[in-house]
Amino acid sequence: MEEKQITLQIDGHFITVPEGSTILEAANKIGINIPTLCHIDLKGTCIKNTPASCRICVVEVIGRRNLAPACATRCTEGMVVKTSTLRVMNARKVVAELILSDHPNDCLTCPKCGNCELQTLALRFNIREMPFNGGELSPRKREITASIVRNMDKCIFCRRCESVCNDVQTVGALGAIRRGFNTTIAPAFDRMMTESECTYCGQCVAVCPVGALTERDYTNRLLDDLANPNKVVIVQTAPAVRAALGEEFGFPPGTLVTGKMVYALRELGFDYVFDTDFAADLTIMEEGSEILNRLTRYLNGDKSVRLPILTSCCPAWVNFFEHHFPDMLDIPSTARSPQQMFGSIAKSYWAEKMGISREKLVVVSIMPCLAKKYECDRDEFKVNGIPDVDYSISTRELARLIKRANIGFPLVLDSPFDNPMGESTGAGVIFGTTGGVMEAALRSVYEIYTGEPLQNVNFEQVRGLNGVRRATINLNGFELKVGIAHGLGNARHLLEDIRNGHNEYHVIEIMACPGGCIGGGGQPLHHGNSEVLYARANALYREDANKPLRKSHDNPYIKKLYEEYLGKPLGEISETLLHTHYFNKSMD
Amino acid sequence: MSDIKLACDVAEQVRTICDKHGNNPGELINILHEAQHLHGYLPEEMQCIIASKLNIPVSKVYGVVTFYAFFTMTPKGKHPISVCMGTACYVRGSEKLLEEFKRVLGIEVGETTPDGKFSLDCLRCVGACGLAPVVMIGEKVYGRLQPIDVKKIIEELE
Repeated sequence: MEEKQITLQIDGHFITVPEGSTILEAANKIGINIPTLCHIDLKGTCIKNTPASCRICVVEVIGRRNLAPACATRCTEGMVVKTSTLRVMNARKVVAELILSDHPNDCLTCPKCGNCELQTLALRFNIREMPFNGGELSPRKREITASIVRNMDKCIFCRRCESVCNDVQTVGALGAIRRGFNTTIAPAFDRMMTESECTYCGQCVAVCPVGALTERDYTNRLLDDLANPNKVVIVQTAPAVRAALGEEFGFPPGTLVTGKMVYALRELGFDYVFDTDFAADLTIMEEGSEILNRLTRYLNGDKSVRLPILTSCCPAWVNFFEHHFPDMLDIPSTARSPQQMFGSIAKSYWAEKMGISREKLVVVSIMPCLAKKYECDRDEFKVNGIPDVDYSISTRELARLIKRANIGFPLVLDSPFDNPMGESTGAGVIFGTTGGVMEAALRSVYEIYTGEPLQNVNFEQVRGLNGVRRATINLNGFELKVGIAHGLGNARHLLEDIRNGHNEYHVIEIMACPGGCIGGGGQPLHHGNSEVLYARANALYREDANKPLRKSHDNPYIKKLYEEYLGKPLGEISETLLHTHYFNKSMD
Repeated sequence: MSDIKLACDVAEQVRTICDKHGNNPGELINILHEAQHLHGYLPEEMQCIIASKLNIPVSKVYGVVTFYAFFTMTPKGKHPISVCMGTACYVRGSEKLLEEFKRVLGIEVGETTPDGKFSLDCLRCVGACGLAPVVMIGEKVYGRLQPIDVKKIIEELE
């Protein structure tokens, strides 16, 4: 059935939209940019917050007494809307001034300065003074976790974080408590996030319009280490970073800046610049072997084998199942994430080879993710109290650092990664997008299982941005059923099905963030534009297609690593260095 | 976690209340009403039980409990004292009366004495303005009180 269409008039332009469209959506279609603040609708993902609570987007609807919020008012036939009358402009300004009356006036030192939606509105509305500053600001909680910094003084109660945490991720760590000026956003019983079910996925940070939720910044610590002549500082860069970093320097979304990034990292003073993609290839060797091992035992009738096997490279996802599915800790793969595999190999194999002591070596990771900051701080990833990965800095932090170090990023030349841990295949690159780990695993599993070369390495059926995707892959007659979910809410549905005995899969890939790592909590802010995510995903598939090697097990340095050091996948040394175990973190 | 462990039968009764409402998240406020009526207040553990029965985050339950002034997380005293702060009572000195209750009991508004006998709250107008200033203790209304009367009333109740 065809959708009913409605014609209305906005600022003198006639426009026809499907029934049910809001004034905001209609206006966007014809390029009229109505300012918003609480509203976010990341089309194509389930990230949506439409409480119509801030009233920044008010417009005049002819024949209506009061102003209408454009984000929540549906278009009707013949409606006449005016989006920029004097009345509207004054109302928006007063609304912004009222919000600012309970907001600290410390933009200069705010971590969100330059990227704050409230600041942008203040500029846009020409706010030059604070007419409502009579009352005292209500002091609210501050908290610094390993990943996320929460400064509730800056909160404007848009509820985006609450929507994402509850409706999208179904984590339920953050919610609004109390009322009026005492309102704050906090975990249950006003506890700290560290005492809640927070997974540190960072999606709250990714949508926060102001400086209330930001990443924990480790750039000063990094600068100290880089300046210390007694330290050897090496860096690994996650795949999703190269597809997004350019945005911070004016490149269009989806521009690959791999070579420039490596150059900039050298300029910053890193002694060696390596690639997490190398460790992603290593992950496939271990995880792929685990898949094959479990599958073979299952097909041979071993009743002790539980399927499906779930990927384990996403640290927020690991936190999620440790909190919410403690009865299923034996299902996920035991393979560590690429970040941790890299750290582990760097501080053993590579450090021994180079004759550098563990104490002297600093391993830094550049990640699109905030949960990675938490992950490298986990006790099981430390040897004698020294972490495998010392700390992780996000794409945004790296961009700030490059600007601070006065590196002319757009103009710098391309530079290659160092070896041996800089070489990667296309399979390692696509780890950064939803479906990528699965595709990478399939490329290796297919060849190893069937013993035949794979003709077409592109598994189009696992790509895309649908929340849950399923595919059947023919492995020489055996039908391998795979599932992919991104966003923890989608993951929860799959997990609950499995818990209730309805499982149709052999292997499932899960990423906590919508879009996978390209939409991670540490990436340049998308400000509600999902085109950015599509562009980043496409960039990674482009980089993959341009690689001479596309399958992890073809990586010559990975082969060498097994020959010289590890022996074989799932071997004794691999188990110690590259695998982990999980903990019951249930709050019940 | 809450310091006082809920008695098993109370926990069970709360579960029954949730069941009675079909474990429907839309019934949260009604469930909280009944649970508070049952137990006098809504300790953390009880909120956790309700959240798990309704399959909603406990932060949501806590959000509702802290939003509405009616809900309380502190146990009420055996004699809950409510001082009216409505207009008529206020102009006839209920603030001084409240200060005297605080002084005599050694607690703030919203608190309960350590022996569990008295709790202190404010309310807005019980419709007995002619008797202003008015204080309710339990179901009983005391009218035309002076700060000097406070000590005597407390002693009588003890």
